[in-house]
Amino acid sequence: MVKCLEQEGVSVVFGYPGVAICPFYDSILDSDIRTILIRTEQNAAHAASGYARNNGGVGVCAVTSGPGATNLITGIATAFADSIPLVCITGQVNSELLGSDVFQEADITGAVESFVKYSYLVRDVDDIPRIFKEAFHIAGTGRKGPVLIDVPIDIQNATIRNFKYPDSVNMRTYKPTLKGHAVQIAKVLKELEKAKRPIICAGGGVKLSGAEAELVAFAEKYRIPVVTTMMGIGAIPTEHPLHYGMVGNNGKAYANRAMNESDLLIVVGARVADRAVSQPDLITKNKVLVHIDVDPAEIGKNAGASIPLVGDVKHIFEDFAKQEIVCDHDDWINTLNEYRYTMKKVRITNPEYVDPERLIHTLSMKMQEDAIYVADVGQNQIWSCAYHVVRKGKFFTSGGMGTMGYSIPAAMGAKLATPEKQVVAVCGDGSFQMSMMELATMRQHGIHTKIIVLANKVLGMVREYQHFTYQDRYSVIDLTGSPDLSKIAEAYGMKYIRVEKDNQIDEKLEELLADDASVIMECVIDPDDIVR
Amino acid sequence: MNKKVFQILVDNTSGVLSRISGLFSRRGYNIESITAGVTADPRFTRITIVASGDDEVLDQIEKQVDKLEDVRSIKELRPDESVYRELALVKVRVDAVGRQSVISMTNVFRAKVIDVATDCLTIEITGGQEKINAFLDLLNGYEIMELARTGIAGLCRGSENVVYIN
Repeated sequence: MVKCLEQEGVSVVFGYPGVAICPFYDSILDSDIRTILIRTEQNAAHAASGYARNNGGVGVCAVTSGPGATNLITGIATAFADSIPLVCITGQVNSELLGSDVFQEADITGAVESFVKYSYLVRDVDDIPRIFKEAFHIAGTGRKGPVLIDVPIDIQNATIRNFKYPDSVNMRTYKPTLKGHAVQIAKVLKELEKAKRPIICAGGGVKLSGAEAELVAFAEKYRIPVVTTMMGIGAIPTEHPLHYGMVGNNGKAYANRAMNESDLLIVVGARVADRAVSQPDLITKNKVLVHIDVDPAEIGKNAGASIPLVGDVKHIFEDFAKQEIVCDHDDWINTLNEYRYTMKKVRITNPEYVDPERLIHTLSMKMQEDAIYVADVGQNQIWSCAYHVVRKGKFFTSGGMGTMGYSIPAAMGAKLATPEKQVVAVCGDGSFQMSMMELATMRQHGIHTKIIVLANKVLGMVREYQHFTYQDRYSVIDLTGSPDLSKIAEAYGMKYIRVEKDNQIDEKLEELLADDASVIMECVIDPDDIVR
Repeated sequence: MNKKVFQILVDNTSGVLSRISGLFSRRGYNIESITAGVTADPRFTRITIVASGDDEVLDQIEKQVDKLEDVRSIKELRPDESVYRELALVKVRVDAVGRQSVISMTNVFRAKVIDVATDCLTIEITGGQEKINAFLDLLNGYEIMELARTGIAGLCRGSENVVYIN
């Protein structure tokens, strides 16, 4: 198994050992692969996810059977919802004892069935090279996603007689379509030529395909406005003149208006999911909908496309670039610029607290240009999406699943992929406490990340929902009892910075970003604040 | 390795079939065939499973299935007390010469030709698994282009073993 990982060029494995995975962790001692002992298994998958998103490869985690495997599930589901490529290895009890409920046995392949692209239960040691080759192939191609390999301990202990890692995979049924259909591509360009009000809605698929440059080039060439989904943030630099913000119920009003008023909507690498498009009929009415996705099942799932186009985003934009058309829609751009100017929401802020908008915006500008920003889930996420400015860096968050506690482990994984870059995790005090045990992992392995906690001592997003939906009947959202973060920082040997007022923001951020050390920066925000 | 036929009566809830097949895969039990269909009372579904394994495994299967919430009753259909039937559709490639002899074999087995084309016949045969296997063996010299078997459906003989559910 370790040899297979070496063949795949894996350099880091995140995990937590136990008896059933000990043969694997014994072998890995003889390899150059770095092992990171995470403090709870869910975060092994999140860290592998942050690593994969940052370096464009497949993230790997390895945990033990039973509770180790079941703890991993939320991390796997999070990766699945955002199409992040992972190979998750789980130890399993002796294959002769499978099904007899022995100590630490869990049917993990059964349990993760709806959250993985594929899973394997290894029955024969000689299948290991083929299974690993296939697993990396499935995880990292087509619509990416997690693959699980469950390996009974007796199989781990057995010897492969003639180890030979396959050069290629030979799978009868798994053949993702990468190249777009020429006829469909021509149709799209023809519609673009006719369109008066075209717009591109870019999703996470653009980033997963590594097609950011191609997208921007295409948009610039024909001056097509671009909006993004939450997963698509960073597909085009935030302050690019053709970028009109994030769509959806938590997005910009002018972005939604632009999308709804367009006459040609090109959805690319996005699912048209409920949070991005709450009324799918609005994006099909009176317009031509082009839907580009590598997963044919996404096309037509939530909105019927006039022109479906299956293929990898990068390939398709490359094909678009080979043809020349003439189009002009300066009027439309002018209209959108006016919307952007007139529909800009002005936040009402409480001067007693730190304003998240000002904090996040200033942070974006003070961070290194290519820094990585990882947002958690909750109000902090919505503010991050709205006010973080992606320049040449990257933006990660748990979009599909909305898993609290994602940011710290994912930031750790991202930092390991590019140790030279700044990595900042932004979370709330709820999400911080869901993964604060990983501060130990950061210290142990010398992984330096900046953690910003927007502290309001409540579960802000739920509180906001209860404010609007239940007329201020607040239930189970009070985080009183939370630890003193200055002492937490001290306990883990980290620097602590506290920001209480807007006028401290500049100076404190300078201090935060001055060196590479790990820091917890607590920003006291208004518990009554709302994101809408 | 023994084989047993189980009759399972379950509530007609969504996902019940996947719960039962999931139990088999999770515990590594072998299913030879599984059939399901609604009973005379539309609230219930009758599932007939043919399972193989040694006696301890077959005993475990019965107990584990019985534990599932949706399962109203599981009972072994013993060969001496039950009737089993399976239906198979067989598409055989025949030329002008072979056609007649396949048709006569079909008649001997009291099976039916249900589709005729210039180069093939489709035959419907119903019976116990042994009868269907024997028929397929006889077709050995011919090319079986397609075969669809339903798996066993079974009932106990007589009225004394009927399971009533309230």
